[in-house]
Amino acid sequence: MIQLYNVSKFYPKGIKALSGVTLQIEKGEFVFIVGPSGAGKSTLIKLIFREELPTKGQIYIKGRSIVRMKPREVPYLRRQIGIVFQDFRLLPDRTVFENVAFAMQVVGAGRAEIKRRVPEVLRLAGLTDRTQMYPRQLSGGEQQRVAIARALVNKPVLLIADEPTGNLDLDTSWEIINCLQEINQRGTTVLIATHAREIVDTLRQRVIALDRGKVVRDEYRGAYAHAT
Amino acid sequence: MRRNGWLNFAAAGTTAVSLFVLGISILLIVNANYIAKTVESNVEIMVYLEEGLKDEGVEALRMQIMRLPGVKEARFISKEEALASLERQMGKGSQLRESLGGTNPLPDAYKVRTVEPRQVVSTAAAINRLAGVEKVRYGQGVVEKLFRLTYWVRAVSFGVMGFFGLCAVFLIATTIRLTMYARRREISIMKYVGATDWFVRWPFLLEGIILGGGGALAAIGVLYFSYSFLAAKIQAALAFFPLVNERSVLLQLFEGLLTAGVGLGVIGSYISVHRYLRV
Ligand SMILES: Nc1ncnc2c1ncn2[C@@H]1O[C@H](COP(=O)(O)OP(=O)(O)OP(=O)(O)O)[C@@H](O)[C@H]1O
Ligand SMILES: [Mg+2]
Repeated sequence: MIQLYNVSKFYPKGIKALSGVTLQIEKGEFVFIVGPSGAGKSTLIKLIFREELPTKGQIYIKGRSIVRMKPREVPYLRRQIGIVFQDFRLLPDRTVFENVAFAMQVVGAGRAEIKRRVPEVLRLAGLTDRTQMYPRQLSGGEQQRVAIARALVNKPVLLIADEPTGNLDLDTSWEIINCLQEINQRGTTVLIATHAREIVDTLRQRVIALDRGKVVRDEYRGAYAHAT
Repeated sequence: MRRNGWLNFAAAGTTAVSLFVLGISILLIVNANYIAKTVESNVEIMVYLEEGLKDEGVEALRMQIMRLPGVKEARFISKEEALASLERQMGKGSQLRESLGGTNPLPDAYKVRTVEPRQVVSTAAAINRLAGVEKVRYGQGVVEKLFRLTYWVRAVSFGVMGFFGLCAVFLIATTIRLTMYARRREISIMKYVGATDWFVRWPFLLEGIILGGGGALAAIGVLYFSYSFLAAKIQAALAFFPLVNERSVLLQLFEGLLTAGVGLGVIGSYISVHRYLRV
């Protein structure tokens, strides 16, 4: 599904955000990316959905090099990837329904298709009774679930979340993570960068730990920190 | 859009001013050419011959005149014919011949026409240098003035239009940039969910087209009403003064202006879109 070979990303002024990262993620996996602030988690995510290009190395998604990919092919790559951010990034002047439908309009979906598909994902995200509300009328957890519904609406094969629970309390964080687990169980590969130690330790999923731009640990049934 | 209303107005307004200037200058030039054509018959060159020129000399002069570039015809008018036509102009009752006492003070002459009215000036000068020519007269400098005027109209209006055109492109680009700034959230989300570049771009190009086209329509409206008003006034005051007022000519001009406005809009928005909408 995702393969990185010896990937480095250097920013100007000698900042090495990632150096020599090699890793593989299979279809259907549920993966946490952990590490201290500045370790390179967000950079790794930006490389995967090709917001940034690596300085060195190769990245393959579904067998295709996204480094050699032409710029006009990038939108079609992104349609296969759903993205969720810490700050939700919803449109404040649109309802829940419209925010989710927006993602479908952008890729040229028809009205009938939108009418059918949007309620479906909103149900999956547990937002059926919130469809006509505006983001400011929702709690943080609900807003993040809207963002997840939006990421999911175009049926991506991969869902990436960069600190999806960073702005939420623990109970709400669990809500979000459970939602993502359910999505994973329906077949979508899920990749989450997080600082949520308790959740990572409880779920015992695959954990890739980064530190100063390098992979320092990659364990199945791993914990947030080294088992001591 | 609503957020920067005054800027929208300025962008469309400068487009309008630029195209208005272009429209006026084109109308002036078209009319100058039209006037020149219709007064063509009045811009014949009268070539008065020296007194006592022999028949061979008269014929030789004709050959020389005909050989000049741009000359269409040279008709000989004898002093007799000239006197007769003068008599006719003064009316039956005049005692012209009697008062002249049987003499004819008028010279023989050639009436020369050129292929193009604008060649009158240079042709007249060339004829004046020929041997046997006493004096050359033509339209009292009307033609010369007309063409000098259109030359300056063209030069000045193109300068003014170019200046306003550049301002228009700049303001349209700025307007579009502000709209993009106001919608940067939407744009970034569009990109995350996989919108193609053109899907993101076309609303901004459309806004540019609306600004440019709107400016053009404003210019066309003002131009149409002021021109019809002026044409009617002039026609009423000076019935003989010819002005282009054919619908087809105006329509063609307005189509051209609309195209130019849309063009300015596309250029302006393309600059911003190209600079600030990179994926
Ligand atoms: N656009 C950029 N230009 C320059 N340096 C950058 C840029 N983006 C990230 N960096 C640097 O790269 C390093 C890795 O940043 P990154 O955002 O990937 O860390 P992170 O693991 O996501 O941290 P956090 O947990 O705080 O989100 C940091 O030192 C950061 O300052
Ligand atoms: Mg980060």
